[in-house]
Amino acid sequence: MSAEIMERVKNIVVDRLGVEASDVTLEASFKEDLGADSLDVVELVMELEDEFDMEISDEDAEKINTVGDVVTYIASHK
Amino acid sequence: MKRRVVITGMGVVSPLGNDVETYWNNLKNGRSGIRKIERFDTTGLATTIAGLVEDFNPEDFIDKKEARKMDVFVQYAVGAAYQAMKQAGLEITEENATRIGVYIGSGIGGIGTLCEQYDVLKEKGPRRVSPFFVPMIIGDMASGQVSILLGARGPNSSPISACATGTNSIGDAFKIIERGAADAMLCGGAEAAVYPLTIAGFNSAKAMATIYNDSPEISSRPFDKDRDGFVLSEGAGVLLLEELEHAKQRGAQILAEVVGYGMSGDAYHLTAPAPEGEGGARAMKHALDDAGIQPEQVAYVNAHGTATMGDVLETQAIKSVYGEHAYKLAVSSTKSMTGHMLGAAGAIEAIACVEAMRHSILPPTINLDNPDEGCDLDYVPNQAREANIDYCMSNSFGFGGHNASIVLKKYTE
Repeated sequence: MSAEIMERVKNIVVDRLGVEASDVTLEASFKEDLGADSLDVVELVMELEDEFDMEISDEDAEKINTVGDVVTYIASHK
Repeated sequence: MKRRVVITGMGVVSPLGNDVETYWNNLKNGRSGIRKIERFDTTGLATTIAGLVEDFNPEDFIDKKEARKMDVFVQYAVGAAYQAMKQAGLEITEENATRIGVYIGSGIGGIGTLCEQYDVLKEKGPRRVSPFFVPMIIGDMASGQVSILLGARGPNSSPISACATGTNSIGDAFKIIERGAADAMLCGGAEAAVYPLTIAGFNSAKAMATIYNDSPEISSRPFDKDRDGFVLSEGAGVLLLEELEHAKQRGAQILAEVVGYGMSGDAYHLTAPAPEGEGGARAMKHALDDAGIQPEQVAYVNAHGTATMGDVLETQAIKSVYGEHAYKLAVSSTKSMTGHMLGAAGAIEAIACVEAMRHSILPPTINLDNPDEGCDLDYVPNQAREANIDYCMSNSFGFGGHNASIVLKKYTE
């Protein structure tokens, strides 16, 4: 389950942030390691909502820091 | 003694090519860049042709991630700005960054993104509107993005004066350098407004050609009896202006000098020029006075010449400013080939002027088969021709009654 989620998250992150797939690890921070700014994160959250057909509240979205945070969140809210 | 301002770099994205050389070769060979629109469904539109940029890839200049956050008009500006910087060979460093500015305008801004995101709002709701929506559509973003990409931290703004934008950008940037507020300025205009909404609006305003949909290459007919309105086009033109000593010290190639700038307002009508082109005439007169030259010294006027009722008024204005000399100088509208690039027009036409002076060739007005009554000047009909040009003028007039003229000079010590 998580591995499949990770794969889909990775594809979106690579496409949107223009980074190498190998950089998208569970520990990678969107802002510090993947070069995202606050607008990139908002857009990424929208993409994830579409991809996984779910809603991520602004409050929860603000807590997202790493790729692992996203995968855990999606796995527990699906 | 005024600081002198010269042009040391130029860049073009246009329906006639995406570099200065291709653009100029097409102009001097009298080629039309107007095509049938195939990038969207034109069913129901009165006009189905336009001047379209082809084979432009923003990733030739910037990475995909950055390009995605830019409306197309900004991508065009970035492409043209990189070309201008490359030609100029000017390196932006920690030492000079605050003395190099950006002044690139747009007539309409990011209308493509606006249409797309309005569809998102209607279909998917407000939570799906992109966080990049606003910074993509606002008309100042060509200047913003170019400065960010290049690290140019000097004066930064964007004039918006509809179809006069490109000329205002160059004139304003010229004055910024002249008064000492910067040593170099990237300036010009960018436009990407070929969308159904824009076409529908211009058609409703009865401004655009509608009868040449089956023969796009003959559709843009400035000064001709059978003209039917302007032909919408897109692209960008960017010039690097530089203070003369600054350019000389670094051994830059000097392409031409900017010597005069004039502007005025019609205070008359939303879209129609003032009677007898009175406002346009004042802009031309101010530009000549600013240059400190006599009308007789000007050999070539690149006209606004949009193929509307304005062509007769511009002709009247040229006659009122130049007197008898109006019949001796050459006037041409390169919009006959490029179509009307709106906010980018003045910039791309200034580049045509520079190349005309450098190569001693007057670019023609194509599709000029039967000059309209009242259009009795030498419009360089259909064929380019050789001529020495020491001074030339470029005119731009915009909806809202904005008039702007610049005077350029062949560079000599």
